[in-house]
Amino acid sequence: MSDIPSDLLYSEEHEYLKATDEEGVYTVGVTDYAQGELGDVVYVELPNRGSSFSKMDVFGTIEAVKAVSDLYCPIQGEIVGVNEALEDDPSLVNSDPYGEGWMVRLKIVNPDDLENLLTADGYADHID
Amino acid sequence: MTRIDAPADFADRHLGPDDADVAGMLETLGYASLQDVIRDTVPASILHETQLALPEALPEAALLEKLRTVAAKNRVFRSYLGMGYADTHVPGVIQRNILENPGWYTQYTPYQAEIAQGRLEALLNFQTMVMDLTGMEIANASLLDEATAAAEAMHLAYGEHKHDGDVFFVSELCHPQTIAVVKTRAEPIGVEVVVGDHRKQAFGDRVFGALLQYPATDGRVLDYRPFVEQAHEAGVLVIAAADLLSLALIEPPGSWGADLVVGNSQRFGVPMGFGGPHAAFMAAREDFKRKMPGRIIGVSVDADGKPALRMALQTREQHIRRERATSNICTAQVLLAIMAGAYAVYHGPDGIRSIAERVRARAGVLSAGLGLLGHELLTDTYFDTIRVRPDDDAGAVLARAIARGINLRDFRDGTIGIAVDEVTLPEDLDDVFEVFNGGEAAEFTARSLAELGGPPPLPGWAARTSAYMEHEVFNKYHSETEMLRYLHRLESKDLSLNTSMIPLGSCTMKLNATTEMAGLTWPEIGKIHPFAPREQVGGYLEIFEDLERWLAEITGFSATSLQPNSGAQGEYTGLLVIRAYHRDHGAPHRKVCLIPSSAHGTNPASAVMAGMRVVVVKSSDDGTVDMDDLRAKATEYADVLAAIMITYPSTHGVFEEDIREVCEAVHQHGGLVYLDGANLNAQVGLARPGDYGADVCHINLHKTFAIPHGGGGPGMGPICVNEKLAPYLPGHPFHEVGGERAIGPVSAAPWGSSSILPISWAYIALLGPEGARRASEIAILSANYMAKRLEAHYDMLYRGEKGRVAHEFIVDLRPLRKRSGVTEEDVAKRLIDYGFHAPTVSFPVAGTLMIEPTESESKEELDRFCDAMVSIRAEIEQIELGIADADDNVLGNAPHTAAMVTADEWTHPYSRQQAAYPAPWTLAHKFWPSVRRVDNAYGDRNLMCACPPVESYAGAEAE
Repeated sequence: MSDIPSDLLYSEEHEYLKATDEEGVYTVGVTDYAQGELGDVVYVELPNRGSSFSKMDVFGTIEAVKAVSDLYCPIQGEIVGVNEALEDDPSLVNSDPYGEGWMVRLKIVNPDDLENLLTADGYADHID
Repeated sequence: MTRIDAPADFADRHLGPDDADVAGMLETLGYASLQDVIRDTVPASILHETQLALPEALPEAALLEKLRTVAAKNRVFRSYLGMGYADTHVPGVIQRNILENPGWYTQYTPYQAEIAQGRLEALLNFQTMVMDLTGMEIANASLLDEATAAAEAMHLAYGEHKHDGDVFFVSELCHPQTIAVVKTRAEPIGVEVVVGDHRKQAFGDRVFGALLQYPATDGRVLDYRPFVEQAHEAGVLVIAAADLLSLALIEPPGSWGADLVVGNSQRFGVPMGFGGPHAAFMAAREDFKRKMPGRIIGVSVDADGKPALRMALQTREQHIRRERATSNICTAQVLLAIMAGAYAVYHGPDGIRSIAERVRARAGVLSAGLGLLGHELLTDTYFDTIRVRPDDDAGAVLARAIARGINLRDFRDGTIGIAVDEVTLPEDLDDVFEVFNGGEAAEFTARSLAELGGPPPLPGWAARTSAYMEHEVFNKYHSETEMLRYLHRLESKDLSLNTSMIPLGSCTMKLNATTEMAGLTWPEIGKIHPFAPREQVGGYLEIFEDLERWLAEITGFSATSLQPNSGAQGEYTGLLVIRAYHRDHGAPHRKVCLIPSSAHGTNPASAVMAGMRVVVVKSSDDGTVDMDDLRAKATEYADVLAAIMITYPSTHGVFEEDIREVCEAVHQHGGLVYLDGANLNAQVGLARPGDYGADVCHINLHKTFAIPHGGGGPGMGPICVNEKLAPYLPGHPFHEVGGERAIGPVSAAPWGSSSILPISWAYIALLGPEGARRASEIAILSANYMAKRLEAHYDMLYRGEKGRVAHEFIVDLRPLRKRSGVTEEDVAKRLIDYGFHAPTVSFPVAGTLMIEPTESESKEELDRFCDAMVSIRAEIEQIELGIADADDNVLGNAPHTAAMVTADEWTHPYSRQQAAYPAPWTLAHKFWPSVRRVDNAYGDRNLMCACPPVESYAGAEAE
């Protein structure tokens, strides 16, 4: 079974949002389930800091041995941080998706948008 | 009566199962006759009851005689036409041991890297040679031709450009066919092509890329550095279309700042073949490595950490990127890339340089002689081509040339181009002098001029100073004996059809008969320039006319274009033709292309390239198109519907009952039907796309019509169309082809890879209408027989309404994975230990194998493969039952190399015998993989696509 931490929010496209110490800023990555489906991640293409995305915009791509997938922005926001460690070691997405394998830090525009995301239970149902 | 005629019995040679085998297979399936199997497989609503109107089958000897007679109608002129094609000496050791050797030409794309290390190394040699000569950091292997390579580079640059530019500058000194193909490719994606003088080009905000020819089409070697500097200041990417041989002497584009380099490797020992096939290439700066179209060979490691090669970045291919792809290229020109790479290995850097120097010296003698004869010389800095303005009428000179068996390039402005090459003799140059001397022998000869001195030295900015091809592989196999053994060593690492069946679903690895291939290396087929005048190619035209007519008859259409050079290019061309039709009928807004979710990834990629918008139609659980969703989407997009792309029989290997309804639903809303002919091998003589509602289909000649796969090309993807679409078939600047309202050319050459078309022509002529139909029937019977034999052991996905599959079927391994942890990859690799190439893995459904036996495999071979699969199933069961170790077992460790099972130490819980000799036939003939399982992730994370330093191998071999 894949790991679905209960304190995170999820999108149907298999991204998670994790709150940070900073108000309105969330860490975004792909779920443990997603990394398992993709297989060994070999490359992650991420946006520049400062760029803005609407909900469902493609903000990057994740390239694995089995497939290339787009990364969809789960809610509207601005990129305020990028995990540069993935450039040297994309396998962090496989080994620690919720920790060192994070992708971007997103400053959200509208907190109400969070209500449209899935809870851990909702996501578990979604992938079942 | 005593028969004294030779029997037309090729079908008996082409088909694997004989009558007794067929009877046995029918019995297993519980059918009384083959006709009953077909009736339960092909829907009655589409079954073609009458015999195809094809000529009666010919005996093999008669076919060869006919081909000789037809080929003799081609006239082999000495060609000085240039424009990216040059005559070349195919080294005999390469012709016999690669081009004419089924060990090389029957291979498939190297998806199973462990049994493909030979061609992977050969392709790595090609990439390394291209990188060295162009001075770039990475190269691919390979593209279809130089013109489409330039178009691919344009598309790449368009996608890469950071700004909103939509103008692509093309130098007027590019080869004309390249300019034409780039224009065809640009327009549907909204790119405007501006053709002009590179010295006067100013870059506004709109220009994103620029294409230069190097040396220019008129032969001049130009200093592009000021242009590149300006372009880069304006953020414009610069693409050079370069002549590989010239780069042995002149500064490579990498040295003067090109971002991408494309070109053709034909003159490295591949016949011109009236247009192909030959391998084009793309080389680039490192930044573009994850954007390169086509296949790239990379270095990885195997399970022991030893160096092993594989196709890198496969997920970048369109089959995963789908509608976000910027290229649809799939099949390329692998066999020809291997030949060009081998030519570089055989000659080495010194040999290549000396060939280049001789070519330039010939151009120098030519230039000097024509100057002495009083003609105006227009090319001062040249490699192999000079342009002159004759002091008398150019038309008269050209006419004298033709009369003398010489083709010169007519620039149509009173000037003439002359390109010399590796095969030009001094006596040939004397003939050229005579032609330019009013038909009288000149007072000098080429030899006498050569004694006076060589060509003027290249100016400092133009002369190449950097070394190339320093790797050991280019510096050790220069004797024929060493080369022969090197080629044989590589060949023996690869599993091809001369070892066992290659049951790749959707690939149709049938027999490539020797007789069909016979003409390929005849001079009347090979030594003809693609733009040779029509009067000289009567034999080719006869073959084209036959083949166009026959393919149209087989598909139920009225016209054929032989121009598309691969299946994917056929898709793109077919959609462009549909687009042209809608525009011509006042409906340019019809841009939506419906594509079922089960489609091959080239479909959406082709649609996007043709300027269409992809709307996905759902598949039902049984793998068929969801009719309700199709009707809903066709209705929703009725005003903008352009087409549907559909594969038939479906990618799931089933004849869908409602194919007619699918076509009608789309027609009803103004759309046209594009039929992907990848699975035509199940239909020839049984059903015709044109009859059941398609408007256009492409045909993979390298699947259904016996052109060998060559390890991933050559291929050909002609399209057949109905009367509605015939006017739009693609044209060409150098020959009258296509419809009266033709779209632009999609290939560099008017008939694509002309020299391999006689293979398909011969295939049809040898089989005749009955044999062709019988081939489809046996292909279907064999697939159903194998499915029957395996169904007790594995789960099967998808069948037709009456329980029959088409010519291929899918084995579902997902339930086994849940129970045992064994993956589809484990099964694929374990098959190698049994001496087999795996079926198609995880297409069209992840976690499955798709098996296509073709009609050419005997029942004995089908049984042997089924026995292997059954035996592997038992091995999996041992794991399920906990008898075999869950982690250390014959599947997880597969494939087993000779080095592994003969090592002094053996720590696995199963025996060496079980590892390497799991079936009785392996004792009689064992095919050894040369490396253990290749690590895919390592190779993609650490991309390296040039020959690795020799030391990395030395260490491995010492162990």
